[in-house]
Amino acid sequence: MTDYLIKGARILGGEPRDILIRDGLVAEVGGGLGGAGAAVIDADGLIALPGLVDLHTHLREPGREDAETVESGTRAAALGGFTAVHAMANTSPVADTAGVVEQVWRLGQEAGYCEVRPVGAVTAGLAGRQLAELGAMADSAAGVRVFSDDGMCVSDAVLMRRALEYVKAFDGVIAQHAQESRLTEGAQMNEGAVSGRLGLTGWPAVAEEAIISRDCLLAAHVGSRLHVCHVSTAGSVEIIRWAKSKGWNVTAEVTPHHLLLTDDLVERSPLGSYNPIYKVNPPLRTREDVEALRAGLADGTIDCVATDHAPHPVESKETEWSAAAMGMIGLETALSVVHAAMVETGLLDWAAVADRMSYRPARIGRVAGQGRPVEPGEAANLTLYDPAARTEVDPRGFASKSRNTPYEGLTLPGRVVATFLRGRPTVLEGKLA
Amino acid sequence: MSEARNVSRAVLEGPDIQRALTRIAHEIIERTKGAGNIVLLGIPTRGATLAARLGERIAQFGEVKAPVGSLDITMYRDDLRLRPARPLGRTELPPDGIDDRVVVLVDDVLFSGRTVRAALDALNDVGRPKAVQLATLVDRGHRELPIRADYVGKNLPTAKSEQVKVYLEEIDGRDAVVLIKREEDQ
Amino acid sequence: MRRHLISAADLSRDDATLILDTADELARVSDRSIKKLPTLRGRTVVNLFFEDSTRTRISFEAAAKRLSADVINFSAKGSSVSKGESLKDTALTLQAMGADAVVIRHSASGAPHRLANWVDGSVVNAGDGTHEHPTQALLDAFTMRRRLGTLEDRRVTIVGDVLHSRVARSNVLLLNTLGAQVTLVAPPTLLPVTVESWPCEVSYDLDAALPKSDVVMMLRVQSERMNAAYFPSAREYSRRYGLDRDRLARMPEDAIVMHPGPMNRGMEIAAEVADCARSTIVEQVANGVTIRMAVLYLLLGGETQ
Ligand SMILES: [Zn+2]
Repeated sequence: MTDYLIKGARILGGEPRDILIRDGLVAEVGGGLGGAGAAVIDADGLIALPGLVDLHTHLREPGREDAETVESGTRAAALGGFTAVHAMANTSPVADTAGVVEQVWRLGQEAGYCEVRPVGAVTAGLAGRQLAELGAMADSAAGVRVFSDDGMCVSDAVLMRRALEYVKAFDGVIAQHAQESRLTEGAQMNEGAVSGRLGLTGWPAVAEEAIISRDCLLAAHVGSRLHVCHVSTAGSVEIIRWAKSKGWNVTAEVTPHHLLLTDDLVERSPLGSYNPIYKVNPPLRTREDVEALRAGLADGTIDCVATDHAPHPVESKETEWSAAAMGMIGLETALSVVHAAMVETGLLDWAAVADRMSYRPARIGRVAGQGRPVEPGEAANLTLYDPAARTEVDPRGFASKSRNTPYEGLTLPGRVVATFLRGRPTVLEGKLA
Repeated sequence: MSEARNVSRAVLEGPDIQRALTRIAHEIIERTKGAGNIVLLGIPTRGATLAARLGERIAQFGEVKAPVGSLDITMYRDDLRLRPARPLGRTELPPDGIDDRVVVLVDDVLFSGRTVRAALDALNDVGRPKAVQLATLVDRGHRELPIRADYVGKNLPTAKSEQVKVYLEEIDGRDAVVLIKREEDQ
Repeated sequence: MRRHLISAADLSRDDATLILDTADELARVSDRSIKKLPTLRGRTVVNLFFEDSTRTRISFEAAAKRLSADVINFSAKGSSVSKGESLKDTALTLQAMGADAVVIRHSASGAPHRLANWVDGSVVNAGDGTHEHPTQALLDAFTMRRRLGTLEDRRVTIVGDVLHSRVARSNVLLLNTLGAQVTLVAPPTLLPVTVESWPCEVSYDLDAALPKSDVVMMLRVQSERMNAAYFPSAREYSRRYGLDRDRLARMPEDAIVMHPGPMNRGMEIAAEVADCARSTIVEQVANGVTIRMAVLYLLLGGETQ
């Protein structure tokens, strides 16, 4: 295994330091390091961050390999600076058995770009009727700790309670996609002034907030861990803040797109009106929601950023709005979007970015060896990022199989220059190594 | 550097126009044997104004009331696609219609003849006149179709690049026919 | 005029007035024996209807034919579209046929916006989902202007299922552009939650609005809405929001009653009101052809942009 000597990287944005990587570990950190035989990487001006950890990724394999595979998705992740991703369970077949989660985990190992941590379904077939074999998935080689019916909300209050209780046995967490189904029947976009004008069925904020409230209360009642997926409204932030103030074991994530984009893009955007590139679940909300989400992420109410990377083939988006699939890809733009939304606005420094995109998500997902500081003795999972770069987003250059990015044509700050997974570079000079 | 500018010259003044219309009115009465069976149809906008003026004169000199109307030809033009869609003019036929009448079409300037061709098509859709005649204040030549005027106020030799503009009191606040020429200055 | 007519919001006051003025002149053509004009000879207008609406399709077809355009009716029922062909593929087919204009009716809000990305010709929105129906608003404005002389400061009350009504959306926008004062009247369940951001007044009380109306426009209310709890029963809806003879009597004497059709007689409008002299419902149908001729002429009758 090659040794690497990273020269002059600013760890978490601090003073320039050299980092010596040997045998998959961070061997030394300091000034003027010499590493005989090591490959030298000039990191002048670059920021070193712990490898990013995504709690919410749709890799689509098995079942929709036309949209993404474990390999293509983890390549995209590496290019985005990630060293671990959580692969969501809504595949075909659903990841609701030890067999499927082990298959996904193994595909991740074979591809070698990223640690792939499968998320297990909460209910069999995501059908919301009976618990999947949560324990078997936890005990499998994949070692599942995060369970979610993402895309579907576990609506049944009893089932949700049982799931929260049951996973305590193996330190699991239920990641809930909070969406009250009756309030969102036929819903197309955020319910507000824009949906009213556009004649698209509204998706009220209360449909998310009602479920989050209930789940917080349930989690408190049974003393279990709840993780709230992709929080999208100001009200949700308030509820989670309140739950945390009670000392309850509730964590939450926000997506990069909910930190940057608003629902008026559906009406007016350079990419055209009613462009389903902006169709996503939960929907893009208002400017006030975006501000509240940023504030929530800044003060720690929201624990982490998770991409909800949701690849779709072109034909699923080149349709009328109501027929289009929901979701957007995000792995390759996540850090730049967070940079634009949180760092350039002065809400987070790079140390806090490391906390929200690496330390905390790794802790929530119980991912050993990830989300650790760049210090001697730690696994060498890290990302070198050029904060001075500015790049126009061009989906044709993406490693993801899909092109459904809402940022096309937008100039975003920063660029991932290198990513190391357990001491081995997956990305060098901005390209897959 | 050469610079183009428009040079305009009045070729008919108010009294000239009055005289020309008077003469045309007399000719119409004469050629139609008293103007008892005619309808004057002006092509909007200025042709319609001229038709009204001719109607007044015919009533004065011929002691007959010639029905006056307007015939918009926009929807019949063959050059619609050369310009953005134009607003429509008014078609207003006399209450007794035009069937079996001698229709005198009235326009301000006769040029390529395409307007008149369109007017003949338009006429075809609104009735069946006994005969159709054409009166124009100015004939500036350069015909592109086998069309000629029966009554002409003034034959005006022009270059194809020149423009002829007719101003009428009722619309423009003054009567004049102006020839506009583009000149290249050194 | 722009290349497309997709939303009433696309029309400036000058644009809208030009359409109404053009329709005024064209209405005279409808009165004569030869109704056909040669204007759009050689132009192709495609009626692309993904939703059944015989009346709207026939209206557009008559308008295009009176302007001598070639008309292709492309009904999605029983065609490749119903077998899963995408809107985009259909658009590319129409493009290959050389459609100069595509008149589209679709159950999805925004479908005309999408179509406009994929065809070079003009797109005319003939009703998209619960979004807009701009030619209906134009024909309504045309009908009002003919009855009332002007729209400036006229008080128009629109009553019924505003939430699901493309007619209401287009009318609010267009009438506001033309200087009229619009009041929406509906049960709160049938109004968008953010209706206060629209350029109009809102009321839940029909009886209070009637004496202050120069125009009362009744919207079709589908009785299925009561299954989704928008209102308790057809009877209660009709009692609170239906226009009957007693309510007609509360309107100013010269105020008119409009309905975009098709009507639910006995639900939002009583039969005797629909058929009374102050009802413009039959005129609206005739004016529909005229206004669509004006729109097609103004979109296609000039140079290709
Ligand atoms: Zn989700």
